Amino acid sequence: MSEWWTYTLADFLMFSPRTYWRLFELYNVAIWPAQLVGVAFGLALVALIHGNRAHRDRIIAGLIAACWLWIAWAFHTQRYAQINWAATWFAAAFALQAALLVTLGVLAGRIVLDTVNVRARRIASVVIILAVLGYPLLAPLAGRPWSTAEVFGVAPDPTAIATVAVMALVRGRLRWLLLAVPLSWCAIAAATLWVMDAPQAMVVAAATLLALWPAARGVRGGTPAAPR
Amino acid sequence: MLGAAGAYALLCPATAHAQPRTILSRPIPSTGELMPVVGLGTWITFNVGDDPVARAACADVMRNFVAAGGRMIDSSPMYGSSQDVIGHGLRQAALTERIFSADKVWISSGAQGREQIERSRGKWQVRRFDLVQVHNLLNWQEHLPTLFALKAEGRIRYTGISTSEGRRHRDIEQLMRSQPIDFVQITYNPLDREVEARILPLAQERGIAVIVNRPFREGALLRDLARQPLPPWAAELGCTSWAQVVLKFIVAHPAVTCAIPATSRVAHVRENMDAAYGRLPDAALRQRIIAAVERA
Repeated sequence: MSEWWTYTLADFLMFSPRTYWRLFELYNVAIWPAQLVGVAFGLALVALIHGNRAHRDRIIAGLIAACWLWIAWAFHTQRYAQINWAATWFAAAFALQAALLVTLGVLAGRIVLDTVNVRARRIASVVIILAVLGYPLLAPLAGRPWSTAEVFGVAPDPTAIATVAVMALVRGRLRWLLLAVPLSWCAIAAATLWVMDAPQAMVVAAATLLALWPAARGVRGGTPAAPR
Repeated sequence: MLGAAGAYALLCPATAHAQPRTILSRPIPSTGELMPVVGLGTWITFNVGDDPVARAACADVMRNFVAAGGRMIDSSPMYGSSQDVIGHGLRQAALTERIFSADKVWISSGAQGREQIERSRGKWQVRRFDLVQVHNLLNWQEHLPTLFALKAEGRIRYTGISTSEGRRHRDIEQLMRSQPIDFVQITYNPLDREVEARILPLAQERGIAVIVNRPFREGALLRDLARQPLPPWAAELGCTSWAQVVLKFIVAHPAVTCAIPATSRVAHVRENMDAAYGRLPDAALRQRIIAAVERA
């Protein structure tokens, strides 16, 4: 890109806010009732984090991986790519995150959550509940119809925020590998909303920082414990 | 009035009005073909994906644009779904033969230029493009020879280069001096006037048509101007909105062939097209427009 310093964030926004929200409206209609599955997955994450069932961490990794893979295909490839040519790359990144979760979490059992730290676990739960139950409310709060609501599991932003909350609990340096794509997406989402003058940008930024807090404080370093 | 010296008139059906009106047009220097001074851009506004409601609205915009005498519609492979939406609208409204199709080549690989242009043509569903420009001068070294060859083969009618927001003006100037291009596309409005110094005079000297993009700074200029009432002198130009004042300022420059405001609203395209009729500001009035816009 020549004279790259003359470009601003707004120069990369290639659609109008109206088109962006209409995209979610059409997407929600097309995939209904998949949103209910997404909400169920999200609430299951909270229950699992607070529970102690066998293979808990593998199940959590599997649930989140399913959401990322769905969004890669159904949202980025099928929908968002129509109005944003970068969405093809976003789809690849989301598929990569799903692959990491399946490979490292479901198959290898190397994703181990530290749920001993009560404060960290509570923060993660609060962020997930906000992402699952609170985030869809932003549509009517912003004066948009319910049909434009972004739902965990099927929409990228709440899914990425909740994923940051869960991955922030992962023991060891592996957490940063698993946080790379979700954090990158949260930054892209906040920037996109910011240039659209959507106050929601602040929600994404604040929720991401809150979700990241346990990781930034260092939940528990060192070698991952035995797989569960 | 500059308009009397620089603008040419064409009879236009102007279906929205009881009396036939004459639309202001300028000749494309390399052929003398007349071009209405207000065209239609599609950056952002036509990138609506496969939303049937928004596509129908864009088709309506095109229908009203052509009904008001407009011809040039400009797009690019960079504009997301805009080319598909144009093609859909042209087919819906049966406008293919009535417009002047202006598109761009925007790909790093020179070898893939022809293929991209052909893909774009398929999206527009036109027999051939009237004009193809090198978007933001991306790999112009390889794309311009391709465009010249396509023109020689009769596959396109005109060639050009484009930039926006004041970027790479030195390169633009150098290409205008050295390459046999028909069109140059630049940004120009009452606030962004850098092109007045060298590029617009050079276009006149070299006989190159000028397309003006981002006349309203993607709407920001009009949002600022909305805070102040329209001055009484706007009525002298027949303007009822700041958008018309800004467009008349732009097309009053004798080097400008066509300004291409983008919109997805019928009311706005009608308003824009009204700026292609009536009087244009003279030098003194253009200075008053600059002063008013700079105050906003």
